[in-house]
Amino acid sequence: MLTILLDGVAYGMLLFVLAVGLCVTMGLMNFINLAHGAFAMAGGYVTILLMQRAGLSFYLCLPLAFLVTAAAGLVLERTLYVRLYDKSHLDQVLFSLGLVFMAMAGVDYVMGGNQQIIQLPPELRGRLQVPGGSIGVYRLFIIAICGVLPLGLQQALTRTRFGSRLRAAVDDRRVARGLGIDVAKLFALTFAFGSGLAGLGGALGAEVLGLDPTFPVKFMIYFLIVVSVGGATTITGPFFASILLGIADVAGKYYVPAIGGFIIYTVMVVVLIWRPAGLFVKAAR
Amino acid sequence: MRGPARFRSMQTGWRWYEIVFWAAAFAMLVLAPSRLLLLNEIAIFALLALSLDLILGFAGIVSLGHAAFFGVGAYTAGLLAKHFSEHALLGDPTIGLGIAALTAAIIGFASSFLVLRGSDLTRLMVTLGVALIVQEIANRLDWITGGADGLQGVLPRPVLGAFEFDLYGRTAATYSLVVLFIAFVVARQVVHAPFGLGLKAIRDNRLRAEAIGIPVNRRLIAIYTLAAALAGMAGALLAQTTQFASLDMLDFQRSAEALLMLVIGGAGNLFGGLLGAIVFAIAHDVLKGITAQYWQFWLGLSLIILVLFARGGLTGLLRLLYRRVRPEAAP
Repeated sequence: MLTILLDGVAYGMLLFVLAVGLCVTMGLMNFINLAHGAFAMAGGYVTILLMQRAGLSFYLCLPLAFLVTAAAGLVLERTLYVRLYDKSHLDQVLFSLGLVFMAMAGVDYVMGGNQQIIQLPPELRGRLQVPGGSIGVYRLFIIAICGVLPLGLQQALTRTRFGSRLRAAVDDRRVARGLGIDVAKLFALTFAFGSGLAGLGGALGAEVLGLDPTFPVKFMIYFLIVVSVGGATTITGPFFASILLGIADVAGKYYVPAIGGFIIYTVMVVVLIWRPAGLFVKAAR
Repeated sequence: MRGPARFRSMQTGWRWYEIVFWAAAFAMLVLAPSRLLLLNEIAIFALLALSLDLILGFAGIVSLGHAAFFGVGAYTAGLLAKHFSEHALLGDPTIGLGIAALTAAIIGFASSFLVLRGSDLTRLMVTLGVALIVQEIANRLDWITGGADGLQGVLPRPVLGAFEFDLYGRTAATYSLVVLFIAFVVARQVVHAPFGLGLKAIRDNRLRAEAIGIPVNRRLIAIYTLAAALAGMAGALLAQTTQFASLDMLDFQRSAEALLMLVIGGAGNLFGGLLGAIVFAIAHDVLKGITAQYWQFWLGLSLIILVLFARGGLTGLLRLLYRRVRPEAAP
């Protein structure tokens, strides 16, 4: 029971790190980016490559995965994404789908289509006994890292100048621009940061979620659920949405494996019907 | 004739290029006897793209789950052909086609209520979610659908009891093309009727459409159901002519491919889907011969290029050329 709960929490926190960048993209620029999972996948494969080919330690690979995907995000944002901000949602969907398919085929070409296995450092393997169950050390590691991140993000959003500019731009882009905030630059940086976080999530999650070229499509729906259920205006909304989703998915697959796969889709459809703007969004908006 | 009636007859009259197109399409049956299987595939893809055009191009609903209806149609027709191959009526492909369309229409009707509300984002998530649920159901019911192995032993009877499916695809291509033509005529009637004009109004400005008294929800439910039925027919045709149905007919990639066809051709004018399907199927055929595995890469690249540089698609290009040649005529 506790094991499942903790596994669910770890899983949910991972989802949060993976999806939080997408929340900002959708909230700030109203841009439907289905290619977010491709960045996560990139982070995972960067880690694999660095560990297997260059022999770097896992702990060093995590920040590198963040940096590489953030750089990739920045380049793509400046060259391609920026052309599509004022296009229709359909165009954005088609464009980002194109990116997804190219990323999937590209990874398949370079790395092959089979599941990649990450060799965790020995101290992260094994399980820890806690009263009422047990938990993998690696899950604890994930919970620790992914637990610190939202706190840091929350602080950055509420305490720093960058954060207040970002919040202003999310609330009303036009007025923010009118006040002299360079929204385009703000957005490029945020996009890069969000992509980097996705990359970090992909690197952390390769062990838990599995990593193969179909990753972006397999988890696309999860990211979208986090965004739509959690809303795009806060950090806490997506955070709670992720945890809920993680626990529901793990528990569902454990207790009722026959219908476990349906639970999250059904929950998503119900939530979207009931509260189209998201579960944790103030109703007044 | 004056006023609205005249406008409508101007819209609904068959144009020369439409007649040329269909004459050429049917002539291919005789002219290209060695490529009939490809022609069959094109006709099926075209029907799928046409059905997506109805909801995307005319009603403005962005769907990422159109494959759900395609797959439901395919499995329905496949199961009928498998279990009723002795039955003269239920085993007939045309009856199977009708039942497949009906089944897909029922699912389309049921899920249409989910796409009435919300933004583009919620709609594409809901359509995607429905498609995933349908695929998961098909996967779980493996004692009926064959699960991951696909539905084996689909043996359709001769069409109308007279035309046996042959190895070269003559019957298959003719059958699919005739069905596509009928569907096209139906879709043409629908979009040129006041009903279709109302849809365009909803697509362009929902609030105003509502204000001038168009029953928005009823219209959307109707067109979504119709599009689902047509997509189901496309799936049924594929299952019957290839004698197989599998989970990848329900796959997300299938929905994306339908979108790509529509983008190649240009959405919102019925012909876009047809032209797109031709280009798509031929490109698919050629590229698969070169690099079968990395077909996805070209799929993605063409999506990006089309969105960035050629948003109107082929029909947009043709329209541009037509205006260049005859500036006074605005089609």
